[in-house]
Amino acid sequence: MNCARMESRILPYLDGRLKEGERAEAEKHLAACAVCRLRVNEFRSLSGLLDELPKIEPSAAFDLRMQARIAAAPPRQSWWAWLAPSPRVAFAASLLLLATVWVASRPAEHGLNMAAPDTELRMMKDLPVLEDYDVLANFEPLPDLPPPVEAENQ
Amino acid sequence: MARTDIQLMQDVKAGDEQSFALLLHRYRSPLVNFLYRMVRNREQAEDLAQEVFIRVYRAREDYEPSAKFTTWLFRIATNLALNSIRDNHHRQMEISIDQPLAADAEDGDERRLDLADGHADIEQRLVEQARQAMIRRAIAKLPEKQRAAVLLHKYQELEYREIARIVECSESALKSLLFRAYETLRIELAPLVGQPPKQQGSR
Ligand SMILES: [Zn+2]
Repeated sequence: MNCARMESRILPYLDGRLKEGERAEAEKHLAACAVCRLRVNEFRSLSGLLDELPKIEPSAAFDLRMQARIAAAPPRQSWWAWLAPSPRVAFAASLLLLATVWVASRPAEHGLNMAAPDTELRMMKDLPVLEDYDVLANFEPLPDLPPPVEAENQ
Repeated sequence: MARTDIQLMQDVKAGDEQSFALLLHRYRSPLVNFLYRMVRNREQAEDLAQEVFIRVYRAREDYEPSAKFTTWLFRIATNLALNSIRDNHHRQMEISIDQPLAADAEDGDERRLDLADGHADIEQRLVEQARQAMIRRAIAKLPEKQRAAVLLHKYQELEYREIARIVECSESALKSLLFRAYETLRIELAPLVGQPPKQQGSR
């Protein structure tokens, strides 16, 4: 192993995320190379240094406000439920909604307050798509119908 | 045995509000801390954390356990934080270009010095606080995406793959992003790296 290769493995090495063979390789290099050894040690003490930062506790008001907001959260409308018996229509409607939401969300950044929750919903749905190989390996494939998208309530 | 996040979220989906309270309890502190390190303002961090939970709650009925719960949670949090940092900058620039950037405003979270402490203790605490301020500043100076990655890696101890999904890049890009970030921190904090704090009994 050379130093450049070692560099790319410093973090996984310190995190204990190298495979057995890779770890042995890294240790062999470290035993022979003082420069990389120093660097690894510095990364290690940097990590210790970062541990010195104290955690903060959420304020007492945080929990109270949270409870109030959850209690006030409107029950979800399921106005699209009537579409459910007809997957084809639901599918078409979802596509249309997705397109609308997409177009609508292009120009402006979402404000904080009532920003459409569908953004997060899609985020959740999108996640497996980013790495389908591992979804396919671990989970059921995506359902063939996209789930109903929570439309803008207005 | 404690239920997993996914089990809890599925119970929430089925209408069990208690389970949401458990999720809240599990993640309120990690989220607030993460957001605080991102936006460097305590009040804003709490507001954003609330927003994250509200969004999760609103989406409960459509929840599907297709990714780790933490990936979803921190991805929402990261996006909100990045938007809010951008908004802060815009606002700051509109108000005055002479004012220090929001990122430079020190929002002290140091424990208050207790007058009952002896002089040695006070000195010790001052040293500690100076170190912490340096660390905070170094983290704050990282580009936002690198900062998020470091916080998720160092303080949330998420896996590379999860962090990659959260900051939206490939796993290999994430690894080099993280490396660059730590390399910057190592240089920035060189005076402290390899110089451990004075030993004291309780730490
Ligand atoms: Zn080397």
